[in-house]
Amino acid sequence: METTLELTKAAADAPVPVVLDVNGRIHRLTLDSRVTLLDALRDHLGLTGTKKGCDRGECGACTVHIDGRAALSCLQFAVMAEGRAITTIEGLAGDAGLHPVQEAFLAHDAFQCGFCTSGQIMSATTAIREGRAGSDAEIREVMSGNLCRCGAYPQIVAAVRAAAQGRD
Amino acid sequence: MYNFAYHRPSSVAEAAAALAAASEGKLLAGGMTLLPTMKQRLAQPSDLIDLGAIADMKGISTTGDGVRIGAMTTHASVASSAEVKAAIPALAHLAENIGDPQVRNRGTIGGSIANNDPAADYPAAVLALDATIQTNKRTIAADDFFTGMFETALEEGEIITAVSFPKPQKAAYAKFPNPASRYALVGVFVAQTASGVRVAVTGAAPCVFRASQIEQALAGNFSPSALDGLTIDSSGLNSDIHASPEYRAHLIGVMAKRAVAAAA
Repeated sequence: METTLELTKAAADAPVPVVLDVNGRIHRLTLDSRVTLLDALRDHLGLTGTKKGCDRGECGACTVHIDGRAALSCLQFAVMAEGRAITTIEGLAGDAGLHPVQEAFLAHDAFQCGFCTSGQIMSATTAIREGRAGSDAEIREVMSGNLCRCGAYPQIVAAVRAAAQGRD
Repeated sequence: MYNFAYHRPSSVAEAAAALAAASEGKLLAGGMTLLPTMKQRLAQPSDLIDLGAIADMKGISTTGDGVRIGAMTTHASVASSAEVKAAIPALAHLAENIGDPQVRNRGTIGGSIANNDPAADYPAAVLALDATIQTNKRTIAADDFFTGMFETALEEGEIITAVSFPKPQKAAYAKFPNPASRYALVGVFVAQTASGVRVAVTGAAPCVFRASQIEQALAGNFSPSALDGLTIDSSGLNSDIHASPEYRAHLIGVMAKRAVAAAA
């Protein structure tokens, strides 16, 4: 029994190799199993645009895209994201400039402190792409996983509405 | 968080073997409850067995009498499924209103019912629709599955692989959600099935339960007016900062009426 326990402990303590595809770039990391995707992005890849708010799946500040869908990077281990295409806020802007949703957030003052903004924008981009931002009520529903403690919700809805309609 | 060994099996058999070999193994589905629990050190698994790479456990198919949903199918997939919308629109509607988009993109039906949170939505659908839970060892009837708060009939080493829902004649789910979490303060799923009316209540008590009083009232007259004047006993119902047992008892009647009115 002792041998088994030691083996289990060794396996649990050993770092694991993790290959992450982030914003189209492949990163090879060696991580403790406990490292969340959020911590891998921020602390190991230096991509600090993704924010850590509650770190327990309630606030949405850590929202990224995984295979094109909005997901909480704090509620999965980095090792679980192997083989998935991850997009962070840093991956949205192209050579031509900011993403239209980023432009719309600027144009509509859709933030005050800005801490939740990355997550808001990541949720908004998927919602618009999925055609789920047709009315203000629908926008509020698809953005319901992202909290804003400054209370910029009216401006956020306005920005998402404008971006969904293809204008700034 | 305490450390663990991570496993990513590609078949149910491999997952079962990894679980059997672990001293304190835990299955990882969407992780929407398990990860916060581990972060708060309320769970300390020696091994985490991630079911995310098992293709057999995902997907929705039409069966002779309804739909079969793989245990690792996300809420978002159920909500947008043409098969589910055609056979049991109430089930798609329920999935569409679980948590928020991020949760629906990761959370799974198998994870939800295995966790059996007292305020989760899926247990109400499983129980009211008389679904069958398929595991790697047996099939379990919904009436036998949910045994208590966060407790189910699942045995050590047992893995849910799919849930089969027979198509009802009519069904609907109405919930009064906590506005922040969207968990059900009270949720009532009503279904008119081949074997009679079934009504399941979630959020109100320590475990989802069938409301026999409402079932009997609806048996002869499946309409909201059949529930006029019905008083629900509040004893044993949940009490927290959001609602008293009396308020929850009242909400059961209100949600039941709304569900019956919406049933299609």
